[in-house]
Amino acid sequence: MNATATALRGVGLGGVSAGTLTQVGYLARRSITRTVRQPILIIPSLVFPLFLLAVNSSGLDAATLLPGFPTNSYLTFALGLTFMQGALFATMGAGQSIAGDIQHGFFNRLQLTPLRGPALIGGQLAGVTLQGLIQGVAYLIIALAFGAHLEAGIAGVPVLFALSALVGVAFGSLGLAIGLRTGNGEAVQGVFPLMFVLLFLSSGALPRHLIEADWFQTVATINPVSYLIEGFRSLFVSGWDGEALGLAFGVALAVLAFGMWAATTALRGRMERT
Amino acid sequence: METANGIEVEGLVREFKKGPRAVDGIDLRVGEGEIYGFLGPNGAGKSTTVHMLTTLLPPTAGTARVAGHDIVREGPAVRDAIGVALQEAALDQYLTAREHMRLQAGMHGIPKGEALRRGDELIDRVGLADAADRKVGGYSGGMRRRLDLALALVHGPRILFLDEPTTGLDVQSRTSLWDEVARLANDEGVTVFLTTQYLEEADSLADRVGIIDVGRIVAEGTPDALKAEIGRPTVEAAPLEREDIERMGAVLRRFGSPQRAERNHLAVRLDEGSAELADVVRALDAEQIPVRELEIHAPTLDDVFLAKTGRRLEGAAKEGEESAAESTGELEAVPA
Amino acid sequence: MNPFTTRFGRAARAIAWRQLHVMVTKPTLILPSVIFPLFFFAAFAGGLSAVSAAPSFDYPSYTTFQYVFVLMQSAIFGGVFTGFAIAADFEFGFARRMLLATHNRSALIGGYAIAALVRALLVWVVVTVVALATGAEVAGSVGDLLGILAIAVMLNFAATLFASGVAMRFRTLQAAPLIQLPAFLIIMTAPVYVPRDLIEGWVATVADFNPMTATLEAGRALIIGAPAETLLALGVAGGLIAVMINWARTGLRRAEAAG
Repeated sequence: MNATATALRGVGLGGVSAGTLTQVGYLARRSITRTVRQPILIIPSLVFPLFLLAVNSSGLDAATLLPGFPTNSYLTFALGLTFMQGALFATMGAGQSIAGDIQHGFFNRLQLTPLRGPALIGGQLAGVTLQGLIQGVAYLIIALAFGAHLEAGIAGVPVLFALSALVGVAFGSLGLAIGLRTGNGEAVQGVFPLMFVLLFLSSGALPRHLIEADWFQTVATINPVSYLIEGFRSLFVSGWDGEALGLAFGVALAVLAFGMWAATTALRGRMERT
Repeated sequence: METANGIEVEGLVREFKKGPRAVDGIDLRVGEGEIYGFLGPNGAGKSTTVHMLTTLLPPTAGTARVAGHDIVREGPAVRDAIGVALQEAALDQYLTAREHMRLQAGMHGIPKGEALRRGDELIDRVGLADAADRKVGGYSGGMRRRLDLALALVHGPRILFLDEPTTGLDVQSRTSLWDEVARLANDEGVTVFLTTQYLEEADSLADRVGIIDVGRIVAEGTPDALKAEIGRPTVEAAPLEREDIERMGAVLRRFGSPQRAERNHLAVRLDEGSAELADVVRALDAEQIPVRELEIHAPTLDDVFLAKTGRRLEGAAKEGEESAAESTGELEAVPA
Repeated sequence: MNPFTTRFGRAARAIAWRQLHVMVTKPTLILPSVIFPLFFFAAFAGGLSAVSAAPSFDYPSYTTFQYVFVLMQSAIFGGVFTGFAIAADFEFGFARRMLLATHNRSALIGGYAIAALVRALLVWVVVTVVALATGAEVAGSVGDLLGILAIAVMLNFAATLFASGVAMRFRTLQAAPLIQLPAFLIIMTAPVYVPRDLIEGWVATVADFNPMTATLEAGRALIIGAPAETLLALGVAGGLIAVMINWARTGLRRAEAAG
């Protein structure tokens, strides 16, 4: 916990004069250090989506034969779901890390420093962003190695990562809000099934127009996660689709705004309580 | 010695992968209907011994027979003969006392009708009749221990193992549990093997006491015999001025052999017994050493522990929750 | 002799009774094991039904196809959830009470297995009602359906044995992923979405060797009244049980050795 100690000392030495940005820096460093030093925690969020990608691209390859299916590679098609799934794992990570801080009393120590709310939230999300990027790079490299196609070309890569980081931070802030509100790692874990519901009841497995069951199609249309998946997917399948990308970035920003609001409110509540 | 309903232990050892021998070759015998108090500080190896004798943990070396059955080769027979209440009264918070009884009886293979009858009887006996249909989640610590004891008795065991049955209990719950245990041994002839870190418990309840420290039995006998072995009373004194401590030591040593004492205190065991106290006072007065404190104490089991291990058990017993290891830290031997 | 009145039977029954009793008094605890399969059924049967329109998909009803999958999946997950309960009992010390009270400690596993089966039966009833209400078609005879039940029960037993073996080796809830992950892997590398001959790539190879494949295929054949390879599926499930009995028994030994 060297980095932690350094970070705390830094905040302490800087005193009240240390700007919020410096505080964000210290906490970000701690958050990133924790992420890097516990690689085991990244593994599930790396392996799980890749496993599902592998299974789905084998098992559902037959779906590419359906009339109207946008590509002849299910692997390429399924990547949208993979990126989305990785981002949802970030939610759990952020939520559990802050809940752990609260449970182990580290959060109380942070509160004794001249720490400001936004610094805490911003700093915590740094590790999530890094994790999102690592995952994104891994997914892309592995998928391309197995023959996936990136229609948007090399210029699509930064856009893909930008969207990936944004979605990660957006859902990370939601996880943070849950962690701050409950202060309990198990409660955060309890949200996991909900993630599954959002992920599966979406257009992740088939394009929306090919979903036969009406109720399912309706749910997938309402589900904001569908638009995020379709944004990721558009870069792989159709190249530069302004509408899909616009919707994806828009939804991600909206989730982020909501998540930040929820996290700030939860933080304020916790600061008052303790 | 009668062993059919007793306990015979020879050279019992338990090693854990990391760390020292938790139990380092102990021998003991407990006769039928006897209450044997296993006394020692936290981490001395008491629970490990109980876990081995109750077949929860296989020993690394040595042998033991409980109710005439080998604990390694005849585990099922041992389990049939014994009742056990472990330190953490593991209860299911979603079940009521009556439901626990039913479960426990079922696990012992007792038919349902008999299980219900015995269960009600035992619940009544430990004073939980009014709470019998309430979920255990809402029970107090004392109620949990009493239920645990009742559960341990459901199959009519001939030997009862109680691992620190009163740790963390208030005085009232503690005495009522003692009464019940004494009744079991005296009226029903149940053999009781009880571990404790409370001197008072061992002193008032046990027929015989074994003192364990760092995995070894350092003394064994009836509480009276152990105290008699230490024999003479100890006088403990502290000078008003710290610099007098050397002179005071010189005076005290004329009356007996130096003992370990608290920081800035001196202690000697009086060669001639308590009659010498007046002489001690006169001698200190003659040497013009102002005295801050002067006490005489009859030997206790704590003195026995101190004499055998060089440390006190007392702190742990007084503080209740505090571990003996922690409290011995504040004690210091005065160079004699 | 009635097996339930032997000492082993009474002890196993008492342990099973506790599990099921807790389930009744605290229904939220069983909710995941009911919702999980229902959700998969909704997501797969509802969301992917278009897949059955692919050429060479020759099974008559996609809903029926997925119903059998969810049946077998919940058989396995019934065992997985029981594994969690065992791990918790060891973590919170309750298992010691059971180890001390039972003459024959295998009754522990027996008790948990009974509880797992009852729980799975409950889930199957719910899943079946939902499946029939949403268009699953049952064409098999009573004998065929009993065949499916037999396969599912055996699978459930094997999964419980596997999960208890893991739980008793680690004796902490933190081992939950170690129970869940292998179960998940075996489930997902079977022919989940489409019949085996439509699977592409390495998963097709894995599916060939996955024991879950045989049980799924036999189940899907039985339900439409066209039994195929039923004996193979029963044999595979029996083989799994044989292997897992040993795994659970050695797990119990490890738990005993650790005290």
